[in-house]
Amino acid sequence: MKGRVLVVDDDLALAEMLGIVLRGEGLDSEHVADGSSALEVFRGYRPDLVLLDVMLPGQDGLEVCRQIRAESGVPIVMLTAKTDTVDVVLGLESGADDYVVKPFKPQELIARVRARLRRGDEPEPERLGIGDLAIDVAGHSVTRGGEPLSLTPLEFDLLVALARKPWQVFTREVLLEQVWGYRHAGDTRLVNVHVQRLRSKIEHDPEHPEIVVTVRGVGYKAGQAGA
Amino acid sequence: MSGSGAVRLRSVAGGGSARGARRSLGGPWGVVRRVLLGARHRWRRSLRLRVVTTTMLLGVFAITVLGSVLHAQIANGLERSRVSNAQYEALALTAQAQAQWLNSTSASVDALNQAATDIVTRILAAPGPDPRRFVVLTRSVSNDSDIVLASVRTGAPDQSVVSPELQQALADDPTHQHTQLTEVTVDRSDGPVPAVVVGTVVEVPNAGLYDLFFIYPMEQEVATMALIGRAFVVAGATLTLLVGAVAWVVTRQVVTPVRRAGEVAQRLSSGRLNERMPAKGEDDLALLATSFNNMADSLQSQIRQLEGLSAVQQRFVSDVSHELRTPLTTIRMAVDVIHGNREEFVDASVARSAELLAGELDRFEELLADLLEISRFDAGAAALDVEAVDLRGTVESVVAAARPLAEKRGSPVSVLAGGVPAEAEVDERRVARILRNLVVNAIEHGDGRPVDIHVGVDDDAVAVVVEDHGVGLRPGEAANVFTRFWRADPARARTTGGTGLGLSISLEDARLHNGWLQAWGEPGVGSRFRLTLPRRAGSTLHASPLPLSPEDP
Repeated sequence: MKGRVLVVDDDLALAEMLGIVLRGEGLDSEHVADGSSALEVFRGYRPDLVLLDVMLPGQDGLEVCRQIRAESGVPIVMLTAKTDTVDVVLGLESGADDYVVKPFKPQELIARVRARLRRGDEPEPERLGIGDLAIDVAGHSVTRGGEPLSLTPLEFDLLVALARKPWQVFTREVLLEQVWGYRHAGDTRLVNVHVQRLRSKIEHDPEHPEIVVTVRGVGYKAGQAGA
Repeated sequence: MSGSGAVRLRSVAGGGSARGARRSLGGPWGVVRRVLLGARHRWRRSLRLRVVTTTMLLGVFAITVLGSVLHAQIANGLERSRVSNAQYEALALTAQAQAQWLNSTSASVDALNQAATDIVTRILAAPGPDPRRFVVLTRSVSNDSDIVLASVRTGAPDQSVVSPELQQALADDPTHQHTQLTEVTVDRSDGPVPAVVVGTVVEVPNAGLYDLFFIYPMEQEVATMALIGRAFVVAGATLTLLVGAVAWVVTRQVVTPVRRAGEVAQRLSSGRLNERMPAKGEDDLALLATSFNNMADSLQSQIRQLEGLSAVQQRFVSDVSHELRTPLTTIRMAVDVIHGNREEFVDASVARSAELLAGELDRFEELLADLLEISRFDAGAAALDVEAVDLRGTVESVVAAARPLAEKRGSPVSVLAGGVPAEAEVDERRVARILRNLVVNAIEHGDGRPVDIHVGVDDDAVAVVVEDHGVGLRPGEAANVFTRFWRADPARARTTGGTGLGLSISLEDARLHNGWLQAWGEPGVGSRFRLTLPRRAGSTLHASPLPLSPEDP
């Protein structure tokens, strides 16, 4: 599996090391050191995945994340030195799909990158319904009454996972494994934040969700069809 | 610590039975008791009530003493002046009577009796119906003349009001007046009144010495004293009320600002640092307000300063964290690349060095992570992210993650959770970290014996006890296990690893939840760690659903 990874990090040694490790995994990589030129390089390079440092000179990593997300659904994995709830949640809310905390092990990073790139394999043609939405799995599209809704690949995967088994209640751990590809316990805040983002795009009233429903103390499930 | 829990339970039960007994009393005694309790409560709560009551009591006391002394002095003065008036009048009247007797020429008993009646009723008796003077003429004790005249008297009192001592004194010393205070009954309906009796001696021609008694009842003086007494009582009551009112007004002036200061202080302590007292004028209360406001200013600036320091500290921790972690990530990856290719090194010592480097780097990372976590707690930067979680699920996933280590050490881990959901509002990430720490510790110190995990729940709290049957803890060690970098056995600790901060972080995590993390251990028996968390975020714990030591019921 070939892939193009854009590394946005101001630390040159780390960026070079990341390049070495990614190349060792057979991935192509490009490096940009400051936030202000990140978007420009992104447009020129058209990567399959972005590794983004939160603390950047010029422009904040969170801002870069927001800008990239504004024009593309490309998977973004944040590199962060912070583990405080607020910082992580802020990073996820600005559009990142996943995050890795420094100092990370190379295998850990590669696992996260692979999980995000894996969706290159073409899925079987499949049509699903959830609430009043129609999902074309192979076509990567979600429509409401014929109108397409714009979801990132991760949000799409999350919705498909819930829509495939509408009778099942998914714990956050199960969703982490199925959607994010975590084999061991991950950070359940990933699920919380992305469910919120997904709801803000698909629910009629995100305050009173009807398509992705919270099951108190357990997790989430698909709402009743037509509800 | 579990002992204190048991004591608390017992004391609660005691309180319940006492309340029951009090309720069964009831009846009028209960009402009286409630009123008394209410009054006592008001007495203790109201400074104004205390001041007014004490002032009035002291006022009543002072007015009573003063009134009594004045009353007695006035009575004394009235009495003295009455006595001296009586004496002067008696002296003059006696001289008049004596002169009449000397001019009299009567010789027979009848004539003398007639003369005596004449003198007594015309000269000596008071003119008109004025009852202010009664006269009694009676034969002296020492008179031994053959002619005996009948006693003469005006008005009701007769010689029975005159004491024998007075008569005897006149007989002994006939040349002087003798005075006596006694009581006479003038009018039967009025009862006895005090009276002055002045006794003198007159010489009746041919009949010898006769005693002349002037009786002055002090009705007027008694009436005056009664009037004065009534006036005193009215004046005293008015004064007492006035003193009470003054005390009330004065305390009101003082208490109101003090109360306001209390309210402002309360608002300050609840975090509204901008609250100040109004400071008007230059009196003592204005001084109080000014000093109070100065204190609030200084408190506010100190708190601001501390907040600033805390922010600086948090910023520093965050910066250090970032600055250290980035190069560490590079080193980490470089080491992994070298370590992954160690087979290719020809020199075995280089390969071994790569292994050591990778291993020590792990330890270094753990230590750095723990240190940063601890400093985050110290800076007060740790925040809870609570949601309702069934702790049984958390325990299961922690145990599942620890399974490989348990198998390596040969310690079977079993969970005894019961069928009741142990749901509580907690930060699951932190609780999982505490449990992971306890479970890994139990496996590492369990000497290959089973590790049991108990989950308990009641109305207010959930608890997880992690129990091993390894070396246990020596006396005094249970308190030390949460100390930073503390190691039970320095020689042994080197092989078991760990940063020495795990339990300290767990304790901080538990405290952040308002929870308890406690240790119990006995050498050779094993050790138990109990985590107790309130089911509702922010509430206070009173007891744990599970015992800390196995001996407790």
